[in-house]
Amino acid sequence: MKRDELVIDVEGVTKRFGTRTVVQGINMQVRRGEIYGFLGPNGSGKTTFLRMLCGLLRPDGGHGHCLGFDILTEAAAIKERVGYMTQRFSYYADLSLEENLDFVARIFGVPKRREAVQQSLEKLGLGGRRKQLAGQLSGGWKQRLALAASLIHSPQLLLLDEPTAGVDPKARRDFWSELHQLAADGMTVLITTHYMDEAERCHRLAYISYGKLLASGTVEDVVRQAGFETWEVTGPELNDLMPKLQAAAAIEQVVPFGRAMHVSGKDSAGLQAAIAPFQVDPYRWRPVPSSLEDAFIGLMGSSEDNFA
Amino acid sequence: MKLHAISLRRIWAVFIKEFIQMRRDRLTFGMMVGIPLLQLTLFGFAINSDPKHLPTAILSADHGPFARTLIAAMRSSQYFHFTGVAPTEEEADTLLKNGEVQFVLHIPEDFSRKLLRGERPDLLVEADATDPAATGPALSALAQLMDGALRRDLHGPLAYLSPKPGPVQLVLHRRYNEEGITQYNIVPGLMGVVLTMTMVVITSLAITRESERGTMENLLSTPARPSEVMIGKILPYIAVGYIQAGLILLAAHFLFHVPMLGSLVLLMTLILVFITANLALGITFSTVAQNQLQAMQMSFFFFLPSILLSGFMFPFRGMPEWAQWIGEVLPLTHFLRMVRGILLKSNGMAEVWPNVWPILVFILVVMLVGIKRFRRTLD
Repeated sequence: MKRDELVIDVEGVTKRFGTRTVVQGINMQVRRGEIYGFLGPNGSGKTTFLRMLCGLLRPDGGHGHCLGFDILTEAAAIKERVGYMTQRFSYYADLSLEENLDFVARIFGVPKRREAVQQSLEKLGLGGRRKQLAGQLSGGWKQRLALAASLIHSPQLLLLDEPTAGVDPKARRDFWSELHQLAADGMTVLITTHYMDEAERCHRLAYISYGKLLASGTVEDVVRQAGFETWEVTGPELNDLMPKLQAAAAIEQVVPFGRAMHVSGKDSAGLQAAIAPFQVDPYRWRPVPSSLEDAFIGLMGSSEDNFA
Repeated sequence: MKLHAISLRRIWAVFIKEFIQMRRDRLTFGMMVGIPLLQLTLFGFAINSDPKHLPTAILSADHGPFARTLIAAMRSSQYFHFTGVAPTEEEADTLLKNGEVQFVLHIPEDFSRKLLRGERPDLLVEADATDPAATGPALSALAQLMDGALRRDLHGPLAYLSPKPGPVQLVLHRRYNEEGITQYNIVPGLMGVVLTMTMVVITSLAITRESERGTMENLLSTPARPSEVMIGKILPYIAVGYIQAGLILLAAHFLFHVPMLGSLVLLMTLILVFITANLALGITFSTVAQNQLQAMQMSFFFFLPSILLSGFMFPFRGMPEWAQWIGEVLPLTHFLRMVRGILLKSNGMAEVWPNVWPILVFILVVMLVGIKRFRRTLD
């Protein structure tokens, strides 16, 4: 596979559980070597989508290719080439690190298995803990083990489902350096997350809510698609100001950010008219570029409205 | 989905993993060896369907020689153990009511005199028959020993009083277990009970545990196919089943001296069929159960009728027809007949076949349900 080739290229992917449509006609294209962020509120269908990509679930609608294999008919071939890290730690608590890796390597039929396991242990700095039972590891170490295990068969595509939930900031930063290193070597990474700083480290993003893809592209693209204008206000007693601002129809969201507040809306003229009465001392106002977080919170709110 | 052959390599991977986990789970592993030993001790040494030395009180108003002869005969039958003399009817009643004695022997006044006169005096034996199994063998032995005991005393001029032999000479021939030793029946049967208990519970738990802990999702996102996971998980437990069966057979031979007349090779082969039936059921339970607790409950729901209706605890032919039909469905029923047939009656394949095919049908039906359920739980 060449760089720039599409690793994931799917169209209209849909999944229903009973009468509930969990994923609704999602289109997605991810290029080789890309870190693609997948965001959205809890229960929005992110995990279901990942499970369909790696062949755990069969889509009810749509078609497409993953690593050049048909997602509907060639799940077995896809599974051989994909590393999947589940949201919950899903290796064996009663096996040691080494035994866990060895098991996964056997399942995938990794050539020179013992060497591969040793290398994997050393590369992730797990060498000293090889005999320790996985169940006794802390959250950060469990996550390292899970990453090592999902990489042991040198997959071409890595699917990570909220890999950094409950992991401390330093471990998270190391984790992301590792991901960027892997991507630079040509691996494609699809990652779901709730953290804004992580979203901003992705090459491209998609935002999904209630099974629908609402925005996708680079960080700038997503912010632009959300279409918000944002003003920042600083001053004393901002808490008193908040309900007054929220009452205005043109103001779609008011979000406190420490000692400031972000006030945003899609209708630029209406927004400015709405804040005009409050542009008096001691409040200080200035227009700011909408952040990714503003955009996401806005997207989340608007999609809920659609459902109501 | 493209079908490709089942991979031995992946089965081996799951097998090794399962084996390490089994070895590491000391408690469960201990149970697997401990349960057969515990049950052997409990059932093998403790159960006796022919209880002897039952406490008996005497309420005697006649101390003549015939009364003494009868008491001596009862004592030497070993079924009756005379614990004392009850002076009055009331006290005899109290002893029976309190459960201090199993029997009260009433020898009426003038017993010897009436006997000599040929008046056929009454001899009353009261039994606490709340548990028929406890009193049954003693009471049936009593009827026989009475005639024999008196025959020796009633000779010479009294010979005319001696009981006459009946018109038919009854010949009893207790084949395959002449002495009626309970262990010969219980110990081979225990093998089936222990295998049913551990095999169903352990497989249903082993598989439910994977889905409960989320490791199943991970496993199925790899190229490992459900059938490979199943086979790999089951194989170590087949080995455990054989260890259990071996332990019980050794105990049967060296501890209980159970005869082993038939082919052990045939027995070992049929044990595999029986183990498979239980493992298949365990897997099917695991596809229905949401968690390990439910899997455990379902296993016990199956285990109770197995132990009660299979003919292990109570005679199969003593059950009403509907209960026998339920019993006929259970693999344990057929396994008991097979194992007892092979060990005690030296049955061969031809004789045990009527009990082999019902187990094969059971396996087929249970597997079909299991596979159907398993497919569904994936999506």
